[in-house]
Amino acid sequence: MSANARQVDVEKIVEILDNYPGEKRYIMAMMQDIQGEFKYLPREGLETIASRADVPLSRVYSMATFYKAFSLVPKGRINFKVCDGTACHIKGSNVLIDQIYKHLGIKPGETTADGEFSIETVNCLGACALAPALVANEKVHPKVTSSGIIEIIKSYGGLADATDD
Amino acid sequence: MQQTIDLDSRMILVCCGTGCLANGSMEVYQALRQQLSTTEVQVKTYTKTTGCNGWCEKGPLVKIMPDDITYCQVKVKDVSEIIAKTLQTGEIINRLLYRDPKTKKRIKSHHEIEFYKKQHKIALRNIGEIDPASIEDYIERDGYKAMGKILSEMTPTQVIEEVIKSGLRGRGGGGFPTGLKWKACADATASPRYVICNGDEGDPGAFMDRSIMEGDPHTVIEGMIICAYAIGASAGYIYVRDEYSLAVKNLAIAINNARSRGYLGQGILGSALSFDIEIVRGGGAFVCGEETALIASIEGNVGEPRDKYVFPTEKGLWGKPTIINNVETWANIPVIINGGAQEFAAVGTEGSKGTKVFSLVGKVNNTGLVEVPMGTTLREIIYDIGGGIQGGRKFKAVQTGGPSGGCIPDTMLDLQVDFDTLTRAGSMMGSGGLIVMDDRTCMVEIARYYVNFLAGESCGKCTPCREGLKALRETLEAICEGKGKVEHLAFMQDIAETMQTASLCALGRTAANPVLSTLNYFRDEYLAHINEGRCPAGVCRDLTEFYIDAELCTGCGLCSKNCPVDGISGEKKEPHVIDQEKCIRCGECVNQCKFNAIKVR
Repeated sequence: MSANARQVDVEKIVEILDNYPGEKRYIMAMMQDIQGEFKYLPREGLETIASRADVPLSRVYSMATFYKAFSLVPKGRINFKVCDGTACHIKGSNVLIDQIYKHLGIKPGETTADGEFSIETVNCLGACALAPALVANEKVHPKVTSSGIIEIIKSYGGLADATDD
Repeated sequence: MQQTIDLDSRMILVCCGTGCLANGSMEVYQALRQQLSTTEVQVKTYTKTTGCNGWCEKGPLVKIMPDDITYCQVKVKDVSEIIAKTLQTGEIINRLLYRDPKTKKRIKSHHEIEFYKKQHKIALRNIGEIDPASIEDYIERDGYKAMGKILSEMTPTQVIEEVIKSGLRGRGGGGFPTGLKWKACADATASPRYVICNGDEGDPGAFMDRSIMEGDPHTVIEGMIICAYAIGASAGYIYVRDEYSLAVKNLAIAINNARSRGYLGQGILGSALSFDIEIVRGGGAFVCGEETALIASIEGNVGEPRDKYVFPTEKGLWGKPTIINNVETWANIPVIINGGAQEFAAVGTEGSKGTKVFSLVGKVNNTGLVEVPMGTTLREIIYDIGGGIQGGRKFKAVQTGGPSGGCIPDTMLDLQVDFDTLTRAGSMMGSGGLIVMDDRTCMVEIARYYVNFLAGESCGKCTPCREGLKALRETLEAICEGKGKVEHLAFMQDIAETMQTASLCALGRTAANPVLSTLNYFRDEYLAHINEGRCPAGVCRDLTEFYIDAELCTGCGLCSKNCPVDGISGEKKEPHVIDQEKCIRCGECVNQCKFNAIKVR
């Protein structure tokens, strides 16, 4: 399923926004709930928020791009969050990022063409004792090694036709 | 400790902090519940999940009270044995106890373990002991007693005086005296007034605030209520970092429970105090840890800081007097009120009273949260509590203060840690991250890492921070890639000093610290990159070549087995060889080798 073909459920957006008064201070909470539902912020969501809070769309857009929690593009079915906090960094998180790029061809912020995998880096998961840590959707994988990451990708259905070269 | 439990019953506490959860503690808890419901046990049993015990390295942790047994790295398959032996017959399962690496002896209670012995718990006093979702658990351990005391016995001025006398300084990193801040706000004329808890813990490698919010949410709430009484505030906000979903959940439960008991809302406990708290989830912006940026974010704006010619105590949230304190600061307040300022001030150093929670992480044996009196030396923290460096490698530096802090070398390990000594050493306390680095950490690359982090987090409002970080990043990248020149060092020094002088907020003013401290203490490593074209730590890929020392290699094959590119070959029991064409310089072989046979050229 390509990103363009996604149907955005506008009724769902309205349903989420009905939980909040149409005030500026709730814009972030509205965006968080929409992102929670859709895993990204569809344009329709930003437009509806702007009209609800009675602010220009540009203002909602500026918030959506300022705060790291938000994404304007759909994430993959499996979203890898590679922790790049200091503890993970000095224990080789960059190796994990390189390995994912090598095997799936995606860099942080990107999604594979088939919509299966995406990768992002996060600053710190607070799981420093488990460094380097990687989160696949909600699951935390502790102490991932450069060879272990290949097994993780495989366990989510990736690298199906990969050969051990 | 649990007064409600008689000797014929057992309380089983399963740690469900982030570290233990990732290691499967929830599965252990569920298995325990399920098996206890179907097994006939002699004694009455109670089970509860707790917040983070801090000793994440050994999780999942299971504690059994009142016997005071701590089992480490418990797996689901161990549950039936725990029930059959420890709960039924009181037999201790030796293999689940912690084994002291020095004495090789098994240790029954975590209280007897070096990691905990030197700690002094104030802010973390309840964590690991109580169920965060239970207000009764908190009350049982003197919870809300301080609130009752101020409402019935103390005037707002007396509360402020007590906090001033305690010498408490802001634990978020600034170290500003908390009582004086409260006094400034109480003296302001405008109203309404607001109380904010800064839970936007952004320093990578620090997770003490998260643990407090997750493991003991009521202490934060109680601290805020006390402040609301002292300064006359009507509303409070807890701003929680976006990634901390469990903290949001536990805080929300706690706020609801406090409300239903009349601790929050109109006329608290029949007094004139009306105060309520709302949770605001952050959007994942490091700069929002800066108080004026955080306030802008609560108001529904992008989180850009403003110049503080007027402090938030006078003009804060919605232009009204506002107190904003860090999570750990709030956790200290009920203790100060209950025990008195004098008792609190008896711990710590001349200028820094009380304790500090550190998240001790990186290349150290016992990673986790530690709370020690101010003035404890770095050596005690890293070697006595932390158990030294992993794999017996060589200590190189400890980084404190997050991206705004600096790297401290081994010559300064006897530094007594408090707000002032760390600043003098060119670093800072920050929120309390202590990241231990060994000879496999490249100090140039670590400076690049922090600068890159800050360049991504700079809000871009002022030029010195925005452009300075960009220039520093480009220069450090060049050095890491082997394109460095000696002139670069003076150039970075110059930029760093400009940023310190001319940036708008503390983020920019301190952003160059990682560069300045590494230039100061680890100049040789910069010069090795620039003049010799090599990275002594074996991190910067373009400047690294690994080789196997044939003298030391035993041919065990562990390196070749773990090499992700099959780049190591050799016969069994014969020295192995790295194929430089295939090698991606990930360093996995170095980490795996037990004989220290893989060297950096």
